[in-house]
Amino acid sequence: MGSNSIVSNRWMSEKMNCLDLSPNSNSDNEEEEVHVLAVDDSFVDRKVIERLLKISSCKVTAVDSGWGALKLLGLLDDEEEDKSSSSSSSSSFSSSAGFEGLKVDLIITDYCMPGMTGYELLKKIKESSSFREIPVVIMSSENVMARIDRCLEEGAEEFIAKPVKLSDVKRLRDYYMATREIRSVQSSSNVNKRKLQESFDVSTSSSPPSISPSPSPSSASPPSLFSSSAPCSPSSLDSPTRRIKMTSFD
Amino acid sequence: MSRLLAILFHQGVLDEQFLQLQQLQDESSPNFVSEVVTIYFHESEKLLRNLRGLLLDREFSDYKKMGIHLNQFMGSSSSIGAKRVRNVCVAFRAASEQNNRAGCLRALELLEHEYCYLKNKLHELFQMEQQRVLAAGVRYPLHQQH
Repeated sequence: MGSNSIVSNRWMSEKMNCLDLSPNSNSDNEEEEVHVLAVDDSFVDRKVIERLLKISSCKVTAVDSGWGALKLLGLLDDEEEDKSSSSSSSSSFSSSAGFEGLKVDLIITDYCMPGMTGYELLKKIKESSSFREIPVVIMSSENVMARIDRCLEEGAEEFIAKPVKLSDVKRLRDYYMATREIRSVQSSSNVNKRKLQESFDVSTSSSPPSISPSPSPSSASPPSLFSSSAPCSPSSLDSPTRRIKMTSFD
Repeated sequence: MSRLLAILFHQGVLDEQFLQLQQLQDESSPNFVSEVVTIYFHESEKLLRNLRGLLLDREFSDYKKMGIHLNQFMGSSSSIGAKRVRNVCVAFRAASEQNNRAGCLRALELLEHEYCYLKNKLHELFQMEQQRVLAAGVRYPLHQQH
């Protein structure tokens, strides 16, 4: 019972070969564990996703709404619950009470939720300067192309069809671990993932691309992570991450 | 796989998502499946009550609200592998989208029937599992005699 993804996983194993995942890499065991924030209004689904993540050696915090997620992250002041202007969300990190938000490595959220949809949650996270680097994965029981496109355009890492399987979660965890180092390099060198993506579009040439389509090593990346072959460059991660798991359409 | 489970698969009552749940059960979470299914039962019965309440209201017109309940029911049913229940929800939702009240009433009856059948069978399954565990415990006492 393999994965149902359309794009093959070959890029992933190539990636793994490029990376040094030996036990004596810098972080200690506590930091090795991926902390996932799971957002779903369904109690059944929360229980399942929690278990899937725990079995995959992830630390889990489960919450039942988008607002709950934003609160936990510390992205919410008291005034924001009145849903006033969206522009105020961009820079707030801790509330006036000095509450420090939860530190998470990955957010996985259901799309259809009352109050705030997964898409709206995704937008708020990507609009926040402090949180936009956190990968967000959307889950949905309906594979509506427009919905999928909208989420990916807004910066979602991946769109997973429900019911979520163990193979999906394991794949996510592996992907996250593989790109963790790249992510820290990117944020330190101030490269926005969206910029990388734009540089890969044939039409845009305004922003100087840090990764060019031709297989030359980029100056933004440490030499150990990237060989000159294309599959190891971060920009190629963007296309495989658009992998859409298609189950049978009813 | 037990004979009952095989039958339920063959009938299309359960699908491989239920097997996936079983895979998530182990010594650290030995009652995972029955815990999730118990939550599913509570949620489902609430949804069924809501659906029935909406439809039997003489002045009923809120098909959108019904659609929301149905989406929830569909989602949780699919998450535990309750295939037939989920499929009835799909048909129910189609009737609801056409504002077809008679169709909705028929679908509700069918849904309640399928749900009852599923609940009874899952209870049977869990009882059998419990008996099996007890029997195994009697025959193979754990750890003490080594």
